[in-house]
Amino acid sequence: MISKEQILTWLEEVKDPEIPVLSLVDLGVITDVIINPDHVLVEMTPTFVGCPALDYMKLEVETLLKTKGIIPHVHVSFKKPWSSDLISEKGKAALKKYGLAPPPSNKVFTDLEILETAICPRCDGDNTEMKSPFGPTLCRALFYCHNCKEAFEQFKPL
Amino acid sequence: MNNQALKELLYKMADDQLILGHRNSEWTGMGPLLEEDIAFSSMAQDKIGQSLALYTLLHELGERDPDSVAFTRNTNQFHNCQLVELPNQEYDFSLVRHFLFDTAEALRFEMLSESSYEPLAQLARKIRGELRYHTMHANTWIKQLGTATPESIARLQKSLEYALPFALGIFEPSPFENELISTKIFLGEENLKERWMEKVESVISQTNLILPDWNLVKPEFGGRKGTHTEHLQPLLDEMSEVFKIDPTAEW
Repeated sequence: MISKEQILTWLEEVKDPEIPVLSLVDLGVITDVIINPDHVLVEMTPTFVGCPALDYMKLEVETLLKTKGIIPHVHVSFKKPWSSDLISEKGKAALKKYGLAPPPSNKVFTDLEILETAICPRCDGDNTEMKSPFGPTLCRALFYCHNCKEAFEQFKPL
Repeated sequence: MNNQALKELLYKMADDQLILGHRNSEWTGMGPLLEEDIAFSSMAQDKIGQSLALYTLLHELGERDPDSVAFTRNTNQFHNCQLVELPNQEYDFSLVRHFLFDTAEALRFEMLSESSYEPLAQLARKIRGELRYHTMHANTWIKQLGTATPESIARLQKSLEYALPFALGIFEPSPFENELISTKIFLGEENLKERWMEKVESVISQTNLILPDWNLVKPEFGGRKGTHTEHLQPLLDEMSEVFKIDPTAEW
């Protein structure tokens, strides 16, 4: 009998197509795995409702599980909505290494002033400024670091 | 549960998101600065994705599939408010519309996060977080340009006065207001309008812009009942052009 842990370990291989250092498990979009006698149900939820990578990620999960001899049923729902707090510590470290500032706790939403600064992933300084809450993908914002005199992106708290 | 009331609510919200999403996408490659180009494009993607999620809820309630609903209806079957279908015009109008509409939309989803219709409440709890970035963007620019130069202030003021009657059209009462309120699906347009006015006043009061007396603004109603300006048909023609070449194509 296959275990939930085994499935999650396999799913580590499936990366976010827009951030290829981050697995779907570390991203927090796999919200549940249920082992049934004849199939495995994987519950997923998108980071952003309009995320164009969702269908691709769903297909990747199905393809991977099929190669392991599993019959997958991937179900997308908003029952357990994604929040950036679901990104694992390992995932946050991977983001930083990739050059993307990891999201601060989404509790910052109560204070928009805090949302407008981020820790620079290069110098770890907070002498930064938000240039735009919208970046090259829905989940990223644009910042500028006054220490490094360079732009960087942040994975948005949500 | 009254499905007709629920469907009417979902259709008008989905249509608002789809049509304004399309208008926002028209800024792609045309923005006054790169960040604004990206911002309006991102908001387009958010809104069209949110409309898809709402059309999917409707599909689960027995309506046609989202693509057919989005691409094959006639103008009189769309329930969006007229505000969202107006052409983008210059940046000042697009910004004012974005501010007025998204302030209402963020409050609407905030209210719906407590809806008795659980699938809608779940979706609303998700979308309300995304919309905070939209209102943050709108508020930043309204405050910035609403206090900047005589030209920026005059342009925003003119667009504000033009847009307000259409903005009040967002809150056109539905024939099902009482049912939606009594079944706790939605607290109603009048309640939303009051929250919206308060929010709009609080942002505008931080600028040199002047809000007219609300009582003197005559709402542009009709959109919710399928009556639209001459601007909706060309938008729908453009939006559905590729789909209609071969509606059965597999993408």
